Amino acid sequence: MPTPTTVMPPVPVRTDATVTTLTSADVERLRADFPILERTVNGSPLVYLDSGATSQKPLAVLDAERAFALHETAAVHRGAHTMAGEATETFEAARAQVAGFVGVDADELVWTSNATEGLNLIAYGISNASLGRGGDSSARFRIGAGDEIVVTEMEHHSNLVPWQELAFRTGATLRVIGLQDDGHLKLDEAAEIIGARTRLIAVTHVSNVLGLVNPVEDLVAMARRVGALVVLDACQSAPHMALDLRALDVDFAVLSGHKMLGPTGIGALYGRRELLDALPPFLTGGSMITTVQLDHSEFLPAPARFEAGTQRVSQAVALAEATRYLSAVGMDRIAGWEFALGQRLLEGIAALPGIRVLGPGLGEERVGLASFVVEGVHAHDVGQFLDDRGIEVRVGHHCAQPLHRRFGITATTRASAYLYTTEDEVDAAIAAIGDVRAFFGAV
Amino acid sequence: MTGSAALQGLYQQVILDHAKEKHGFGLRDGAAASSHQLNPTCGDEVTLRVHLGDADTVASISWEGQGCSISTASASILSDLVDDLPRPDVRLRIEAFRELMQSKGTIDGDEELLEDAVALSGVSRYVTRIKCAMLPWVALEHALLEADGALGAEAGAAR
Ligand SMILES: Cc1ncc(COP(=O)(O)O)c(C=O)c1O
Repeated sequence: MPTPTTVMPPVPVRTDATVTTLTSADVERLRADFPILERTVNGSPLVYLDSGATSQKPLAVLDAERAFALHETAAVHRGAHTMAGEATETFEAARAQVAGFVGVDADELVWTSNATEGLNLIAYGISNASLGRGGDSSARFRIGAGDEIVVTEMEHHSNLVPWQELAFRTGATLRVIGLQDDGHLKLDEAAEIIGARTRLIAVTHVSNVLGLVNPVEDLVAMARRVGALVVLDACQSAPHMALDLRALDVDFAVLSGHKMLGPTGIGALYGRRELLDALPPFLTGGSMITTVQLDHSEFLPAPARFEAGTQRVSQAVALAEATRYLSAVGMDRIAGWEFALGQRLLEGIAALPGIRVLGPGLGEERVGLASFVVEGVHAHDVGQFLDDRGIEVRVGHHCAQPLHRRFGITATTRASAYLYTTEDEVDAAIAAIGDVRAFFGAV
Repeated sequence: MTGSAALQGLYQQVILDHAKEKHGFGLRDGAAASSHQLNPTCGDEVTLRVHLGDADTVASISWEGQGCSISTASASILSDLVDDLPRPDVRLRIEAFRELMQSKGTIDGDEELLEDAVALSGVSRYVTRIKCAMLPWVALEHALLEADGALGAEAGAAR
């Protein structure tokens, strides 16, 4: 065993089994782990409300990455020297940690650059199977004319464009489940669309624009009835709620490290073991093979089969640390805090004149984000006004153009919270949003 | 006052007025060429038509689009500016405006040349907004190139 060089995370808050939310005092304490929150923007204290796009990283995560680079740098899964062995063990321990965080086994978790790459990995694996690669054991993935791929109208472009492209390459048809006016999926429409021709359903767990949680169980049940695969985009759920992918019973799932306190450049793909072992590879080359002849090669089983080339080792180690940090704080308590922040935000801005919030109303299940339209003021201008007060929000289509089109708009402003967001920050945003229309002469 | 001096500098009253009044808004028939420009990061778009007097004069532009107050005001200002203007003068103004946008706040802009467009000089301090201001100007540039193609090699060679 290599000596563990990564520092154990400080347990940032007390764990009290009976409390299912963080308190303001807990949040004040854990903010000390995120020094960036002390900075100013345009002369005002930073109010970071763009964690939906990317989260800030605690010191423990930065330290873990640095510690690996300082003490353990070596190539993993190649070479036989001591350090190569140690680095490989650390790398694999990181995999087991992240897999455990989402309720699956280590050999079912493939490292990717981000969620987008994970989704492309599945789509290209299916594509390759459809070309006959992988032989009989991959036959279950073959799709073509007459088959259907089902997505929803709320998907992030990363969970839409790869399926459009897969449909173009294979001749399969893309079907889309529409949205109700409050943003929820039209489940009756889903029941009609999902049928004998359906081969795969790709859906987001939590919408990055609407903040709602999709009924994954219902969709999985529909998929099971017709033998279709379910791909879950867990980008916006993994950072914000306790996640058990095995219990959700999905076939594949993807997440991005940078949205859950981890570094950029690292993400993960979960695949049910028997599926991963049957899926042909996407990227090919070094480290994913058993024997290579000049004219053909044999591949390793999953997860190595999907990890061609030199891997992002320090990033994987840092992501593992991020999940340890999140677990130490407690995912249920984080979810509780963010729900309350989301409700506070929703209540505050919905009460302002001339503001329309997308998604479900107060009291319904939502994460800590709100996307809204300010009557008479373009989202870009809203964002600029908030930025002037140090409030960082996202403006635009948030990589969900079809969703915005569905609601007759091109852009919204989105404020998104995380475990380090305070009630005061939410209140500052609400107050600033309340001043927007007067500034732009829209009242 | 609810915005800082910097913000007031970005959103001068002239800009907010243009964003509301939208001079030249509404596509008109009889254009020599048109261009559709999109800002993929925010989804803002503009369709701009160029109406020629003779081959060497831009009589006017007409436009439509969805955008923030900066891109909308910029199109409105451009419409005022390009009013029976010889083409070399149009090109001069596009170049001057581009230079102003890339100046990071170091120049104020030539008011005689750019008229109300100098009010957009504050945009150059905000890297994320320069594209918004440039959108209609880039559309005009493209439309003029397209007009050259439509006019044929002969007219192009004559210039
Ligand atoms: C719901 C959802 N899916 C997918 C993505 C893509 O993540 P990444 O860009 O890290 O691959 C994001 C993040 O932007 C997202 O919010």
